Amino acid sequence: MAKKNLYEEIIIAGFGGQGIMLAGKLLAQTAMDNGKEVTYMPSYGAEVRGGTANCMVVISDESIASPLVTEPDTLIAMNKASLNKFANRVKPGGLLIMNSSLINTEPKLDDTIEIISIPADQIALELGSGRSANMVALGLYLQKRELLTAEAAAKSLPDILAKRHHKTLPVNIEALKQGAEFAKGCTV
Amino acid sequence: MSPRTLMTGNEALAEAAIIAGVDAYFGYPITPQNEIPAYMSKRMPEEGRIFVQSESELAAINMVFGAAATGKRAMTSSSSPGVSLMQEGLSYLAGAELPNVVVNIMRGGPGLGNIAPTQSDYFQATRGGGHGDYYTIVLAPSTAQEMVDYTQLAFDLADEYRMTAMIIADGVLGQMMEPVVLEKRPKRKLPAKDWALTGMKNQKQKVIKSLYLPEGTLEEHNCKLQKKYKKIKDKEVLYEQDMVDDADVVVVSYGIVARSVRSAVRKAREEGINAGWLRPITLWPFPSKQISKAAEKTKTILTIEMSCGQMVEDVKLAVNGKVPVEFFGRCGGGVPSVDEILEKIKHYAKK
Repeated sequence: MAKKNLYEEIIIAGFGGQGIMLAGKLLAQTAMDNGKEVTYMPSYGAEVRGGTANCMVVISDESIASPLVTEPDTLIAMNKASLNKFANRVKPGGLLIMNSSLINTEPKLDDTIEIISIPADQIALELGSGRSANMVALGLYLQKRELLTAEAAAKSLPDILAKRHHKTLPVNIEALKQGAEFAKGCTV
Repeated sequence: MSPRTLMTGNEALAEAAIIAGVDAYFGYPITPQNEIPAYMSKRMPEEGRIFVQSESELAAINMVFGAAATGKRAMTSSSSPGVSLMQEGLSYLAGAELPNVVVNIMRGGPGLGNIAPTQSDYFQATRGGGHGDYYTIVLAPSTAQEMVDYTQLAFDLADEYRMTAMIIADGVLGQMMEPVVLEKRPKRKLPAKDWALTGMKNQKQKVIKSLYLPEGTLEEHNCKLQKKYKKIKDKEVLYEQDMVDDADVVVVSYGIVARSVRSAVRKAREEGINAGWLRPITLWPFPSKQISKAAEKTKTILTIEMSCGQMVEDVKLAVNGKVPVEFFGRCGGGVPSVDEILEKIKHYAKK
């Protein structure tokens, strides 16, 4: 078979209120704005603030079969419960990004899986916007995977963020940048 | 090309209805289709059109009856338990020959079931559901873009044949976001609605009803309906297929499942297995002729559904014993994965 075309499956998970859905939608919007095929699938159970929330994003050059992801190439785990739920499903050779502000132990996974810990909440708090931890983690992902750039996500953000929150655009764009910078800093 | 917009399947469907010129939306909330009434509650008033959140699904379908009787484009949407409640109204709409569009974003059943995606209302949608000898046109999109395209088609088909055109999709298609192009599709040439109740204004009396008491009149009415249904079966079948001509296994599926089937068939081909796929787009009228034709060349037909086996009955009727018809289904919210489907294809290709 010829070189595998782009087919990246991502799960973003955390608790309700962490902006999990927003991060997934922004990733999907950025992929679409940059000419990719993309699907975004939210968990749509009885999600409430403090409960669990996750979403699945598939990015490809071709039409996408299923928007449901069982074994992600990348997992972004924003809290301990979601790490426990999804970490074992990450594909060999995959990427795990975990929010070390809320997760204190690294899981034992297949050696081929790259694990990056980022204190996303702390970085966001230092920017004066604790709720932007989602953007920090997404910025790291974008820089690390190099499918799309944090700059591109910053451009797509106004389409995804509700108008009433547009005053937070600068700090969220800064959070994306900080996440990307963090990725540049971590040599593996 | 028009720009792409990222939308949920539910919102894409709702905007498509607006593009199609829906005059009135009536509905009652139920997961996983709440984005449709939510979207309509905002957009319909913006367009100066009618939005009513009814007190129940029974009310919603009867409001559709009333609005349709005046010649306006009317629709409702719900999910499985809600659509069960609408069956009386659907039967009356069929009897009174009123055009309308009904959307069912299916969830798990029976009963209140759950809110997960399924395809377990196939029987209900294609077998009438309510009482009496009637059918509804049933369209099954498989992408958010097809939600846009086939919703517009549904309104035209409903008007052309004066009947319900139903769109059935599942919770995944409703909830997922995908890029769509919101384009108006060419409208069909449609007959004038000279039957519509628009006030006397010196016109002759018009009556819209489903009650035919005098001896022989109901049989005559039924025969007229059947003639219409036959015409639809001859003219309106939609399907797509690929790699069927040399296939040892042809996989039949619809809606969201058809996407994973397509991917599994491609993988099977890469492994040297002669597989193909056929996807009904209209579930009624069903592409029986096309499936029968595929059965002449292949060794096995494999049907895959998110149900315990409903469409497979229509596939068997179409194949009529020519080759074995096998079935694989997940139910109660389970979704067949590409790997599961591939495994089944391999299994039946070996036989």
